[in-house]
Amino acid sequence: MTLPPAPTHVRTPNPLVRALRAPIEARTWKETIHLLLNMPIGIATFTIVVTGFALGFGLLITLLGIPILVAMLYVSRGMGWFERARAKLLLDVDVPSPYRPDPPSDHWWRVPMSRLTDPATWTEIVYHLLLLPIGVLTFTVAFTFWVLGASLLFLPVYAWALPGPVHLFDSWVSVTLDAQPNLQLVGGGTGWVIDTPVEYVALVLIGAAVLLLTPWVIRGLAMANRYLVRGLLGSDVFARVQTLTDSRAAAVDLAAEDRRRIERDLHDGVQQRLVSLAIDLGRAKEKLDTDSDPGGAKELVGEAHEEAKRAITEVRDLARGIHPAVLTDRGLDAALSSLAARSPVPADVRVDVDERPPASVEAAAYFVVSEALANIAKHANATRADVTVRRSGDRLTVKVEDDGGGGASLVEGSGLAGLRDRVGALDGELHLLSPQGGPTVLMVEIPCAS
Amino acid sequence: MRVVIAEDGVLLREGLAHLLVNEGHEVAASVGDALELVEVVERERPDVCIIDVRMPPTFTDEGLRAAIEIRSRRPETPVLVLSQYVEERYAVELLSSQTSGVGYLLKQRVADVRDFLDALERVAGGGTALDPEVVAQLLARARRHPHDELTPREREVLALMAEGLSNAGIAQRLVVTQGAIEKHVTSIFTKLGLEFAETDHRRVLAVLRYLEDRDP
Repeated sequence: MTLPPAPTHVRTPNPLVRALRAPIEARTWKETIHLLLNMPIGIATFTIVVTGFALGFGLLITLLGIPILVAMLYVSRGMGWFERARAKLLLDVDVPSPYRPDPPSDHWWRVPMSRLTDPATWTEIVYHLLLLPIGVLTFTVAFTFWVLGASLLFLPVYAWALPGPVHLFDSWVSVTLDAQPNLQLVGGGTGWVIDTPVEYVALVLIGAAVLLLTPWVIRGLAMANRYLVRGLLGSDVFARVQTLTDSRAAAVDLAAEDRRRIERDLHDGVQQRLVSLAIDLGRAKEKLDTDSDPGGAKELVGEAHEEAKRAITEVRDLARGIHPAVLTDRGLDAALSSLAARSPVPADVRVDVDERPPASVEAAAYFVVSEALANIAKHANATRADVTVRRSGDRLTVKVEDDGGGGASLVEGSGLAGLRDRVGALDGELHLLSPQGGPTVLMVEIPCAS
Repeated sequence: MRVVIAEDGVLLREGLAHLLVNEGHEVAASVGDALELVEVVERERPDVCIIDVRMPPTFTDEGLRAAIEIRSRRPETPVLVLSQYVEERYAVELLSSQTSGVGYLLKQRVADVRDFLDALERVAGGGTALDPEVVAQLLARARRHPHDELTPREREVLALMAEGLSNAGIAQRLVVTQGAIEKHVTSIFTKLGLEFAETDHRRVLAVLRYLEDRDP
């Protein structure tokens, strides 16, 4: 019988080894570099933002300010991108791009306007401004700790080269040197003069202690820095929570609204037909019982037959409105082709989806197209429509275009607003471009994690 | 005729069986799922099978797949597929190999007993029965190419031809003489540049190919 191989132990270094190793770890150095770089970069970002916006607002009255301010939006994004890359490289913190996707641009101001109203733009600018004071702080602390520790630890190595005795606490600056015995560079020569071996040993030990402490100080600062980057350069957690709360509420409302509609359809449509069917059959039975009017009975049965067939059609359409079976069986391509075939306005469908998205995403895409085609038929006065569905990576994009009169809007309670809620519930976005005179473009993007 | 019924809804299954027995047909077997269906058809060799698209265990399209399976094992077995919904895609899949002895109808057509039995007999006899809604979908696409100059009457005839009706059947439906229909049919074939086909199911095939090619 063979024994299973002994489990290999991953050696966790004991605390002492960890503490001794910390000052020379790559992570400590990367974080140090980041904290030191904060200051020069902070000076740059602060200067650029203040100058750019001052110039832009100052020149606003001459209209020259507008291009400058628009350019600043792009410059700020560029710096934000740089800072996220720097944080990823040196702080190991991966902050995904927080911006809203740009809307389709039909006018030059559409994209800048959307960026201007994007909260992420503004938190990013706050970051660029805050980086200066924070950079001064992190630079000073990181620099002081490293220099103080190293200079004390290696004091015996270079003390002989100093022109005079070493003074400690000569002023609040930790170590000062007499340049010449009679001329104090700093302070008044009242400090503690280091000249015995015991004092040297004590200072070396203090230096070592400072150096061992430094990594933890660096780590603490880096941690705070990470929060700063996440909070101001990433998407705001609170805004995200708000979005989720809103979209969930909308989804719940939507589901309730759907149930009310189904109830209404069943009640007004199918039930009415069944009642009328039962009445027809009841009257026919009466006529047959009394044997008074067999011809009339036959006619009534015929009516009942028609009524029953209409009820079947209604139930079928209702069920298709809840969920089309072909979508489950054959996917978007087949389901959308059949939608297009039923559309009164000729519609062209192109579906480019290799891997099937989750069922909820497929259903949302289907209803987007269904509602859009219904709208086009009702309002747009269009002669044709184009439907494009594409999956690129983890996003499904649905685009419905027509050549109609435009003027569609997302008024509360309209079918399109309902679509926006449905798409929002899946974390997707809906954009509608419909200037008076047309054409109309409806674009929907839904994330689909595979 | 000896018929095999595959339908998971007991009411509809029994209803169909009643209907067929009343008409003097024999129900060789009635089953409730697709796997059993393929075995039963192998054993019973019926004159025609009536198959529901949606059946256990997944309630998606196993009826359709079973129908295609049966056709590939025994191409001479006529199948009439019943569906809750009309989907072009299903029809195209079913008709892709051959159109003789194939039918695809909405379930609710059973309510029009006479038409349903006619369709069933047509399929059993090697003909075709396509639901008017499928034909309407195909025609709706073709209509987008305005250059074919069919008269409204010829469109009607084309639609009924695509459903699988013979000239006599079309004449009866439109309440005109068979001669008139023959004239329309000839005119349609000439206008659409189709090769004239003798048998009914060849004719359906030609029309379907034409409509499908029009698919934008």
